[in-house]
Amino acid sequence: MSVPAPAAVQPLPRHGMARLVGRRLQDWLPAAVFLVAVIGAWEGIIRWRHVQQFLLPKPSSIATAFWDDRSELLHAGWFTFQEALGGFALGSALAILFALALARYRFFGTALMPYAIAANAIPIIAFAPITNQWFSGGITKSSKIVIAAVLCFFPVLVNTLRGLTSVNPRALELMESYAAGQVQIFRRVRIPNALPFVFSGLKVAAVLSMIGAVVGEYFGGSFNALGVLILDRARTFQFTSAWAGVFLACLFGIALYAGVAILERLTLRWAPSTSE
Amino acid sequence: MTAIAAERPRERRTFRLREATWRVLLFLLVLAALWGLWEGYRWLWMREHWTWPFVVDDTSMPHIHDFLRALFQVTHPGGPLLISVLLKAAAFTAREAAVGFAMGAVGGFALGVLLAHFRVLRRGLLPYVVASQTVPILVIAPMVVVYLGSRGVPGWFSVSVIAAFLTFFPVTINTIRGLQSADRRALELMRSYAAGGWRVLWKLRFPAALPYIFAALKVSATASIVGAVIGELPSSIQDGLGGQILNYSQYYTIQPRGLWATNVIAALLGIAFFLVVLAAEKLVVRRAPENVA
Amino acid sequence: MSVVELKGVAKQFGRGGTTALQGIDLAIEEREFVSLIGPSGCGKSTLLRVVGDLIQPTSGSVVVNGKSARQARVDRDYGIVFQDPVLYDWRTVAKNIALPLELARWDRRRRAERVRAMVELVELQGFEGHHPWQLSGGMQQRVSIARALSFDPALLLMDEPFGALDEMTRERLNIELLRIWEASGSTIVFVTHSIAEAVFLSTRVVVMSARPGRISDLIPIDLPQPRTGATREEPRFFELVTRVREALHMGADLERAAAEATA
Repeated sequence: MSVPAPAAVQPLPRHGMARLVGRRLQDWLPAAVFLVAVIGAWEGIIRWRHVQQFLLPKPSSIATAFWDDRSELLHAGWFTFQEALGGFALGSALAILFALALARYRFFGTALMPYAIAANAIPIIAFAPITNQWFSGGITKSSKIVIAAVLCFFPVLVNTLRGLTSVNPRALELMESYAAGQVQIFRRVRIPNALPFVFSGLKVAAVLSMIGAVVGEYFGGSFNALGVLILDRARTFQFTSAWAGVFLACLFGIALYAGVAILERLTLRWAPSTSE
Repeated sequence: MTAIAAERPRERRTFRLREATWRVLLFLLVLAALWGLWEGYRWLWMREHWTWPFVVDDTSMPHIHDFLRALFQVTHPGGPLLISVLLKAAAFTAREAAVGFAMGAVGGFALGVLLAHFRVLRRGLLPYVVASQTVPILVIAPMVVVYLGSRGVPGWFSVSVIAAFLTFFPVTINTIRGLQSADRRALELMRSYAAGGWRVLWKLRFPAALPYIFAALKVSATASIVGAVIGELPSSIQDGLGGQILNYSQYYTIQPRGLWATNVIAALLGIAFFLVVLAAEKLVVRRAPENVA
Repeated sequence: MSVVELKGVAKQFGRGGTTALQGIDLAIEEREFVSLIGPSGCGKSTLLRVVGDLIQPTSGSVVVNGKSARQARVDRDYGIVFQDPVLYDWRTVAKNIALPLELARWDRRRRAERVRAMVELVELQGFEGHHPWQLSGGMQQRVSIARALSFDPALLLMDEPFGALDEMTRERLNIELLRIWEASGSTIVFVTHSIAEAVFLSTRVVVMSARPGRISDLIPIDLPQPRTGATREEPRFFELVTRVREALHMGADLERAAAEATA
């Protein structure tokens, strides 16, 4: 009996470099146009209407301030970024371990899930003064690492746990028919199923960690820290410099998010596209 | 004659009651476990004089019953109970957060609908909406409050603006995602009924988007509270929890219980806000249970 | 020795809940092809899972391959195929078929050999390196069948495997399945909604009825082997289809009468 020609459901994805770049350009052009327009408008409006530079300096002034202060800013930014990174790594790692444990011992997992979700609603930042007191008055990085870690913990935990447990029942039945052990079920079914969820959580955590580190520093921290620097500049009315610091914090946050996104792309190569 | 096994209604009611008692027991058990962990850690670390990760003493880790008790003591002789001071502050902060949350949710939804419909707008703006998530809004919060204050905006409203900002973009992103999540076949069905754009939006896309929107709202509810607390840090706003935190953090080494008590109230406020949104979701969204196995 | 022996098997879900199965007595001999057919809620899928120890009965005994159902599962004495092929998107066809062999810790050479044999069996040569999304529904199911047979089990359990496919693909795969059955020498228990499919494929049809789930008739199918497309057009085929249909109606009538009696 002859084999029919395959009625392919999805065409074989093509990874030609030129094609990839070409499509990207088309996608990003409107965004680039908008960016130029916004910056132009910002600069224009402030110049034209003489809006007080008190709070909203011109982009050009901010850029100049950034350049003038760059070494101090970058040092401070790097210091705070390390806090964020440390907290991100610590919080995410613990969350994933916890999630694996809770998924393994389902009884605890289903029982405690609502509590994890509720705990996520606690304003952790309010504990910054306390962690400062714990770790030598907040001069070292540790106090902010703890804050960032706790901030990262719950989103990653909730997302990972959901990914580990929302599995196709047929896939589980199939594994049971192979008399596969729990470890194998985790390895073959639950963990691969959970990966997109894990990255979802990690992306949220990446953003939160940087914010947590900087805002935590509002409650006190080393002079080498970005948050302290921003606050100090704002208090002494050097707003241009303060904004420069804010933008640097943005950049670091985006960098961490982008790092996670790239990791996600590499890991989830096989999944059909989930973006629009 | 074959026996028919029909569902017996009475059994269902007793089942509900049993489930509820289990839930309450579990709640008490979790509280007890947390209390035990705290006191146990404290006891062990103090006994062994361990210094990693931090030194444990009455200042860094007071007894739980200590700061719970502090809630029901007066703040100064003849003055009000700590708990009533904190609850008033919490109500103040809650109002700020709620106003901001509402503004952000409505605005975010509107922008989301807009962007979902116009692809060019979406391509142009969405990357920034996404990138704006990484802007440390909380960082510029004090600056914003100061600025708006100098323009005559009442302090509490500028804090609401912060909360609105924190809610706005997540709701936008999730609205877009939710509106686009409608099943293709359901859309085709709508088209076969010659249903116009608005009808399709209201009857199909919007209900499909609700779970996503609520997911964003739940996160934003928490964020609003945090934003409100941070926004209150500039000393001009004393009436909220942020002011209380600043107040008690200054006296922390003398009186740690005050700050811990404040944090307990802040935690409860955050959870309460979240539960309100959760309750709203349960009422509004009727959905098939998630595939959990 | 029967491959599957069920005595007095009953299944009730929850306390005082629905009776999915009641008083099931069934023996399935080697190399039989037995179809379970019946209306929704008659418990045919539940019965299949009881045989596979994926659901435990409330009472009665289940003996598979001379062992308890649990032991048979642990020893991997059966393969199972669902309506959803449940293939891993990130694995090629070859690696999907190899999955149970990896779990059983076969060494690479043995795995490769067996995979090759299976690919030949289901006639998917040339597609070993493809991914599931590149295949049609019918081909995906063939991979699923190949995987189920990869460790050469005595028993093959199939839960409406062709339910999601179009009629023509279905008829073609029916003939495929019979060829595979012949070549592998296994015993097959097959759940289906389609009367024609049940009659075409089986050596015996088990008619079930609902509320509670029980066997209402056992119909031997004496059509000659090997069955081909032409078999569907023989008068005997139509007679048997009618016979099965009437058994189903009788079951439905009994059920309705019972419901009216207790109402």
